[in-house]
Amino acid sequence: MKKMLKLFVAFAAMALLLSLVACGEAPQEKKAEEPAVEKAEAPKEESKNIKAGFVYVSPVGDAGYSYAHDLGRKAVDALDYTTTAFVESVPEGADSERVIRNMARKGFDIIFTTSFGYMDPTIKVAKEFPEVDFMHCSGFKKAENVNNYFGRIYQSRYLTGMVSGAMTKTNKLGYVAAFPIPEVIRGINAFALGAREVNPDAEIRVVWTKTWYDPALEKDAAKSLLDAGCDVIAQHQDSPAPQEAAQEAGAYSVGYNSDMSSFAPKAHLTSAIWNWGPMYVKMIEQVKNGTWKGDQSMWWSMQDGVVDIAPMGPMVPEDVKAKVNARKAELKSGKDTIFAGPIKNQKGEVVIAEGTTAPDGDLLGMTWFVEGVVGTTE
Amino acid sequence: MFKIIKREEPWKWGALVILLGALLFSLAVSALLLVGQGKDVFEGLNILWQGSFGHLWALEGALLKAIPLFLCSLGVAVAFRMQIWNIGAEGQFALGAIGATWMALSFPDLPAVILMPLMFIMAFILGGTWALIPAILKLKLRVNEIISTLMLNYIAILLLDYLVFGVWKDPTSFGFPMTSEFSSNAIIHGIGGSKVHWGLLFCFVVGVGLWAFMRFTRLGYELQASGEGARVAKYAKIRYGMLVMFVMCLSGGFAGWAGCVETSAVLNRLQPSLMVGYGYTAIVVAWLARLEPLNIAFASFLLAALRVGVENLQLELQIPAAYGSILEGLILLSVLAGQFFLTYKLEPKRSQVK
Repeated sequence: MKKMLKLFVAFAAMALLLSLVACGEAPQEKKAEEPAVEKAEAPKEESKNIKAGFVYVSPVGDAGYSYAHDLGRKAVDALDYTTTAFVESVPEGADSERVIRNMARKGFDIIFTTSFGYMDPTIKVAKEFPEVDFMHCSGFKKAENVNNYFGRIYQSRYLTGMVSGAMTKTNKLGYVAAFPIPEVIRGINAFALGAREVNPDAEIRVVWTKTWYDPALEKDAAKSLLDAGCDVIAQHQDSPAPQEAAQEAGAYSVGYNSDMSSFAPKAHLTSAIWNWGPMYVKMIEQVKNGTWKGDQSMWWSMQDGVVDIAPMGPMVPEDVKAKVNARKAELKSGKDTIFAGPIKNQKGEVVIAEGTTAPDGDLLGMTWFVEGVVGTTE
Repeated sequence: MFKIIKREEPWKWGALVILLGALLFSLAVSALLLVGQGKDVFEGLNILWQGSFGHLWALEGALLKAIPLFLCSLGVAVAFRMQIWNIGAEGQFALGAIGATWMALSFPDLPAVILMPLMFIMAFILGGTWALIPAILKLKLRVNEIISTLMLNYIAILLLDYLVFGVWKDPTSFGFPMTSEFSSNAIIHGIGGSKVHWGLLFCFVVGVGLWAFMRFTRLGYELQASGEGARVAKYAKIRYGMLVMFVMCLSGGFAGWAGCVETSAVLNRLQPSLMVGYGYTAIVVAWLARLEPLNIAFASFLLAALRVGVENLQLELQIPAAYGSILEGLILLSVLAGQFFLTYKLEPKRSQVK
């Protein structure tokens, strides 16, 4: 034991010494910070290269949430005046703060932090680096140099709900839900409203997995819904496991994040998908022109091209497709009546009165289910 | 070709040779992986070094990450030394965070000198009590503590979820699972202008305290003696049952402190993203350090620095995150496997004729 101790002391001393030597080269560190300062002075310079950083919560290869964001990054990267970099699988909390700070320190002009749990760290780091622009996805805080942003994916959910409502034979739709937070609840409600618009008898059964990515658990949850008689499975997690479960049971499925048809070609009706490219490119253009503004909440819609649905599968009849596409065209033109009253909650009480539409604030804090959903928001 | 012979005398400087050898081996394999990715090896290793130890900010990041690891690991090691296999540091960490949050939310206006100790005491009590459950189960019902401590982790995390999704949810959080932010009195602040917080000093005090306790008190001596096993302890008229309970309390309490420090200093509130597996990494650290407090300090720092460095590598060279896990796994595996050569040596087989 004594020997081990000695050895570690020796090793640590060595490591410390070496690191001190490295720290001695302080000018090097300065170098990394300088470009950021220069940038503030000359934002209008034409030939300026924009550096954009992206922080992801999961691996980009997951075909899910981070994959969708990374497609957006690639769109940015394709511009001729940009360089991009990303760090994947960054846990929320303390680790993300370090990663974000590291990016800010290295002279990135704009940093996209793409998971809810990065909110506080983003705000903290933004305060230390006022010359860097930050975009935080799916939260609610903002600051001088921080915007929060998200997309109205519920619009896509509504359309996928319409498809599902038309395709079900048992009138039971299964929804493998992630966490009981407003984003997920809003999606379920929109899905239910869509389904019941074309099929008033449809009921939506919800099972919570409390996971974002756990293929085994999510598959089991889908199976339990199939066993309960559901013949369409929708999902909110990043793994395609519920799709596979549906196909194995000979049922239909609705994917999320990206077009999941390749995982279950026989079951896949459509997917609610993200399309971050247009938004990210626009933000980069603004940074380049010096017109980027902080302190905003941006909630972009189908009209802006940020959310969409995947092409509907061959099993969907033409008349259903036409109906869904008509509604999609409406949404594309900016007409969004999804949460227009009268809308009742599970108890049958009218929550959104006739003639009114739920304001964004209520949608963002939604913690109740609409009529037709079976399950609890806990 | 070779035969394996047990060493009769300990290998002088063997441990150092093995550690460096193992590090070199893992770095060499990682370098090959870099080549496989089509990256410049020397640039890669340099970036890894810069990101781990090469800058003040890198050291800062590593120290920050090492703090919870150290406390959890210390707790785990205390139990392991008595051959009590506490796999439940993760859950005890969660309970500690819950305890600290409970105090922070209940008495936000108390001055820090009173509130801080309250938080630490409650974190220790809850973390310790959580660890006491498997101890009692083990003593009274002979339930294997490996299973019970592991299972209690899940319960602890669900309890934490229940609280932040339910009764403690911040009303202004738009339904997101998190408590409201702690008052400034309940937050452990940075030392000077740096990111490194006073939890570091706390680690130092706890580490030295534990060392002194083990070395200079009767109870500490009994603990070490009981490490040889229950029968030895009973033979020496040591109250084994009492010791098991005490040691589990201590073990859970340390993990609880880690939870308290992490919630208060880093997140400033309780939320599910607090749980990133420090309790499990702590087990690896404890074994890597052979359960010695000072070694644990270095091992947690090294592991933390490695993780920080790999992030830098990811950012600069755009290699996949899995690379970091591979590198880490390689180092741990080769260091542990290298221990073999401490007790055995290889000798070239000579021909039969001597």
